[in-house]
Amino acid sequence: MTASSSNDAFVEFERVQKSYDGETLVVKDLNLTMPRGEFLTMLGPSGSGKTTCLMMLAGFETATHGDIRLGGTSINNIPPHKRGIGMVFQNYALFPHMTIAENLSFPLEVRKIGKSEREEKVKRALDMVEMGAFGGRRPAQLSGGQQQRIALARALVFEPELVLMDEPLGALDKQLREKMQFEITDLAHRLGITTVYVTHDQTEAMTMSDRVAVFDDGRIQQLAPPDTLYEEPENSFVAQFIGENNTLEGVVQEINGEVAVVKLDDGELIDAKPINVGVGDRTRVSIRPERVEYNKDRLKEGTHTIKAEVLEFIYMGDIFRTRLRVAGNDEFVIKTRNAPDQVRHEPGSMIEIGWLPEDCRALDA
Amino acid sequence: MTDNTSDGPMLAADGTPLKKSLARALRLQKMRALMLIAPLLLFVLFSFIIPIFSMLSRSVENSIVVETLPLTVTELQAWNADSGELPDEPVYAAFVADMVVAIDAKRHTRLGTRLNYEQTGMSSLFRKSGRKIKRMDPEADAPFKEKLIDVDKKWGDVETWRVIKTHSPTITNGYFLNAVDMRRTPEGAQSQPEDKQILVKLFGRTLIMSLIITGSCILLGYPVAWILANLPMRTANVLMILVLLPFWTSLLVRTSAWKVMLQQQGVINEVLVWLGMVADDSRLVMINNQTGTIIAMTHILLPFMILPMYSVMQTIQPTYLRAAKSMGATNWTAFWRVYFPLSIPGIGAGSILVFILAIGYYITPEIVGGTKGVFISNRIAYHISSSLNWGLAAALGTILLVVVLILYWAYDKIVGIDNVKLG
Ligand SMILES: Nc1ncnc2c1ncn2[C@@H]1O[C@H](COP(=O)(O)OP(=O)(O)OP(=O)(O)O)[C@@H](O)[C@H]1O
Ligand SMILES: [Mg+2]
Repeated sequence: MTASSSNDAFVEFERVQKSYDGETLVVKDLNLTMPRGEFLTMLGPSGSGKTTCLMMLAGFETATHGDIRLGGTSINNIPPHKRGIGMVFQNYALFPHMTIAENLSFPLEVRKIGKSEREEKVKRALDMVEMGAFGGRRPAQLSGGQQQRIALARALVFEPELVLMDEPLGALDKQLREKMQFEITDLAHRLGITTVYVTHDQTEAMTMSDRVAVFDDGRIQQLAPPDTLYEEPENSFVAQFIGENNTLEGVVQEINGEVAVVKLDDGELIDAKPINVGVGDRTRVSIRPERVEYNKDRLKEGTHTIKAEVLEFIYMGDIFRTRLRVAGNDEFVIKTRNAPDQVRHEPGSMIEIGWLPEDCRALDA
Repeated sequence: MTDNTSDGPMLAADGTPLKKSLARALRLQKMRALMLIAPLLLFVLFSFIIPIFSMLSRSVENSIVVETLPLTVTELQAWNADSGELPDEPVYAAFVADMVVAIDAKRHTRLGTRLNYEQTGMSSLFRKSGRKIKRMDPEADAPFKEKLIDVDKKWGDVETWRVIKTHSPTITNGYFLNAVDMRRTPEGAQSQPEDKQILVKLFGRTLIMSLIITGSCILLGYPVAWILANLPMRTANVLMILVLLPFWTSLLVRTSAWKVMLQQQGVINEVLVWLGMVADDSRLVMINNQTGTIIAMTHILLPFMILPMYSVMQTIQPTYLRAAKSMGATNWTAFWRVYFPLSIPGIGAGSILVFILAIGYYITPEIVGGTKGVFISNRIAYHISSSLNWGLAAALGTILLVVVLILYWAYDKIVGIDNVKLG
């Protein structure tokens, strides 16, 4: 491996800032370290600076401040064509005037690789994405999914160690997208490629990645594996952004070790796990719909419960979805598994709900 | 239409063959479309196509000889032009009879002018003879052979009669032969004498200079179009106005401005002399020659190159270049292997436009071209308005049209016309 001192970090962003117009920062203080072979996804709402980060890494935009390192060496002053980073663009950017084989051969030609070796590598790359028979066609003669695969093959054919993908599946239909998601991760892991993947589809991010970096407002809000991200969001943006989520607002009244008592705005008291709040702070508590319990027997002794009015009951086959009014919030949802002993709540009835304190996270407001 | 297992034609719901009912439905649409374009079609037909064809037909039309000298032409058929002997009395008699009628209708000078294109001196011969023949009586004054030779000894020259006989058919290739520096003689087509061979050279010069102009338009226009296509929309629109600015000033004014710039006492020479780059007594000659024409026409035709290039380049996504660079291509390779091939349709469209405009250009070469920098169209204009040899002008015009069509066809074969994008 490289002579990198910082424990195997392959891609590093250190205190990177970026401004296009000199007035607003599009990327504010970005810090990120990726080991070799990781599949990292940048996830975030539109305009949060994901593409900008990718472009800085690829060399098409320069960082206004900070350092970007690849394999331990700073690449701030290395032009894009010398960085050796494979890239898959959102619209594929296959050259329309070249055949598929010529497209794939292009990166090898500019590297002055001999003809026979070139042909062999092109063939191998095409076989890898199961497009071996299409070498003679033009990009316009391929379907969206096929073009996508060719774009992937082209980004990989010169064997880069790092591949960047900017919403590569954005233009595909759902079914094809799911298939391609699998193919991409499979390929990346098989070839041991380090991948930075950009998307604003959270399912895609969750299913594909080793780690997900949630972007908002030019910062990484949380960088964690998908399960951690879902179960232990570190702030209310991440909690809201990832998955379905119920929120209740209030003030932290006291904190006893791992449990905080939160006084909701209508005066009720609930238990929650304090994450980034202290006593007296305003907080937004967040709880996943499937972690809400209505059966008192299954709750721990002494946990606070809260009254809720059933507004709507939706039968969804595998699960039941019940919408409640809780502490003035009409959008409080609970999800229960469809099982023989499961109660189907009548709209209009009053129930009492509660949860394990560790499932309910008191986050910043 | 439900279970159409028979191998007869598909039937529509009402039982008529599907093809027929489709054709009927389409016919209505076509009729409506036709109605909509009918006014334009008629306008083009009457103001463009018919005039062009009537003009082009003049390049072969030659009925004036037969119409003016019908009897003579009939009599001349029996005469062997190669015998070296003068025609016999019946020809002379017929000629006088024809001339008396023609002189009455004042048509004989027109015939003289026509035959003068082929043989100098014919015009004056007919005018002079006309005055004398007017006083003859075709019945009483026979025989005429001696008398005519008395009137002008050219009537005793075999060559005069050969010219009349050679040019008597109603359809002639004479104008076309003239257009390529040849002429029609009783012995068939022959080259013009050296000193009259100018047209082929002029065609060649027109082609070469048009190519040079097209080439310089590409060289100058490509970077401009590139910058325009890569600037933000608003800036690009402002600059676009600058590109189009020349269209708002009169062509004549612009061309004359080049005269001021390029002449030996002009701005450019003065500056060069002042800078000491050119000696005062060897000022550059840049006007009234080919240089002048090329410079001025490049300037005038440049927008026609820039516009199609720009519209094509606008559609080339910047991600193509980025993709190329991410794969390891240097700026130059990315441009040359990716951007340039994608911009070729724009170059093609611009080139066709500029070349076709240049090859038929008239005003600018006329003003700044002097004698060495004129184009074939200046010659056409000369024959139309000064020498009044419309037949030759028409033949030159036809050849020009055919050359353009051939080039267009060749271009289609080489580059492919579907590779051209005009907007
Ligand atoms: N070339 C540019 N010039 C000026 N501002 C830009 C430029 N590119 C992006 N921006 C701005 O920077 C911000 C971040 O843009 P970026 O493209 O990185 O967002 P993104 O996270 O990729 O969004 P999306 O999911 O919509 O692709 C946006 O506010 C955008 O307006
Ligand atoms: Mg983006």
